[in-house]
Amino acid sequence: MKHRITLRIGPATFRMGSAWPGPIRSLERLYADYPAPADGIADFTVRLEPVSLLRRWLRPSIFITGDHGLADAAPMSLAHGLLAAEMGMNLQMALGWRRHLLLHASSVEKDGRVLVMTGESGSGKSTLAAQLGERGWRLMGDEFALLDLETGTVLPFPRLVSLKNRAIDVIVAEVPAARMGPLLAGTAKGDIRHLAPRADAVARMDEGAPPALLLFPRFGHAPAIRPVGQGETFMRLTQASTNYVALGEPGFAALTRFVTQVPALAMDFPSGEEAIAMVERLWEQQR
Amino acid sequence: MNARLLVRALRDPGTVAQFGAGQWNALIAMARAERLIGTLALRIGDRPVPDAARPILADARLDAEREARQALWEADRAEAALKPLGVRVVLLKGTAYAAAGLKAGEGRFIGDLDILVPRDCMEAVEKHLMLAGWEWVKSDSYDDAYYRQWMHELPPMIHQERDRMIDVHHTILPLTARQRPDAGAMIADAISITDGLHILSPEDRVCHAVAHLLADGDLAGGLRNLWDVHCLLAEADPAALEARAARHGLSPHVRQARRMADALYGAGRERLTLWDRIVLARLLARNGWGKETRKGLRFAFYLRSHWLRMPPTMLARHLFTKWRKGHRPA
Repeated sequence: MKHRITLRIGPATFRMGSAWPGPIRSLERLYADYPAPADGIADFTVRLEPVSLLRRWLRPSIFITGDHGLADAAPMSLAHGLLAAEMGMNLQMALGWRRHLLLHASSVEKDGRVLVMTGESGSGKSTLAAQLGERGWRLMGDEFALLDLETGTVLPFPRLVSLKNRAIDVIVAEVPAARMGPLLAGTAKGDIRHLAPRADAVARMDEGAPPALLLFPRFGHAPAIRPVGQGETFMRLTQASTNYVALGEPGFAALTRFVTQVPALAMDFPSGEEAIAMVERLWEQQR
Repeated sequence: MNARLLVRALRDPGTVAQFGAGQWNALIAMARAERLIGTLALRIGDRPVPDAARPILADARLDAEREARQALWEADRAEAALKPLGVRVVLLKGTAYAAAGLKAGEGRFIGDLDILVPRDCMEAVEKHLMLAGWEWVKSDSYDDAYYRQWMHELPPMIHQERDRMIDVHHTILPLTARQRPDAGAMIADAISITDGLHILSPEDRVCHAVAHLLADGDLAGGLRNLWDVHCLLAEADPAALEARAARHGLSPHVRQARRMADALYGAGRERLTLWDRIVLARLLARNGWGKETRKGLRFAFYLRSHWLRMPPTMLARHLFTKWRKGHRPA
């Protein structure tokens, strides 16, 4: 394809091709600090193609596909090209990654141990991870936590953090503009802006750590914390994993170990500041 | 670039030793798009490959193992559901190859479970499958009626718990196709592999794979189907195959498939006709990004697939009905 870039994010390498220069330029800027892939062979190919010949030029419209794709994926406006590229990478991971158990969760690390946060879109897990990442924690990822099948270690997958709607202003206030992507207004999920992780988090993207705590955050409620039983945790994590079924027995073993070894708490919170204070308190109690 | 790179790697996996990163990327993207990555991974086996390619191939081997395990379990479930009927259930395509441990099954992607049963048992088979938890996928009454009247199979069914599809065939080509394979003979000569399950004889396996590739469909995924034919030919007796192909009305198709399999996966000794070359160009229409190329040629084969299936007036009516429902060819 005419415009291309190869990116390595943690253990996965992506070869991205685009019919337009815009999405690739955005990626080049925001992924500038990421180390180059070792030998140029990518785990996945992502293609950003015009929906039809006409849509290359006239009201350009992107069809996201690649090694793995969804035939009925909704086309996206070229103005949202960076989001399309990120979704293309997510799609490959979600449908094709087999080397770790994939949890749809954000993760941050401190003192050599990992806090994993999972929940639906809108639960606040991305924003919370991004905020913690600016306050002494190492951001490991906002979308996927990779659970090693042999050791149970959580590995980072620190791609750009996708901030939505109200979360954008919260983060913009504390992060230099150079690490922020363009404002993508009016996407299917509202306004989106991407955040590049701090350079030190990127530099340590091959460094995993054992999980110490699992949180199910829920934004927009009075502060409350309740323990979540192992059975419920297990079921919720099978639903939060895109490759649990495909991995078969090793996936079951890895998830069982995670659930039996890592305490799980549901955490309701009314605001970001409150959430950070609650997380810091819980983290002290876990030591 | 076209898919010759993939074809060469399948034919002679030793050649990948010289591949650079660009060729590896193209090879992997094409193999995934053609659903041949598992086959490729097994063909490459323990040969030295670059560090970054090794886990990709290992993942593909694991996926293929899981495919086979799931496919055999589905076959087992269908057998259990149909046991009370006492009919001969013949496994077709990928599941058959995996169940019998054939070379064509090594690393093969297996989608749906395809079975062949005698036509006069279709109603009872349908009922017993529904009792065991399978249900209809299509809710469209035109599609449903179309399948029942004109196709060689029931409308596809899906299992409500396991989410896996089953295609129940009573013959191997649509009833509207020009060739009329002798499904009764296929079932009668099928080989027993377990208590209740059968597979086609080696010659009928070739005939079915060839009919699927050349007398039906638009050749999408054809490189994989031709790989099947290439592997199955090695297990068929040439004289018996010729007789069998004649009986099914598929002699020209079998001969053409043999020439093309030789051209792509064999020694390349057979003379090709112009039509062979056109079909090969269609099969190879994919670039190093895994994207299909030659839109015009592909569209021509799409039209041909309908032409093969139906007489012209029926085709016109069918296409009009589908178009009104909003269907557009890719």
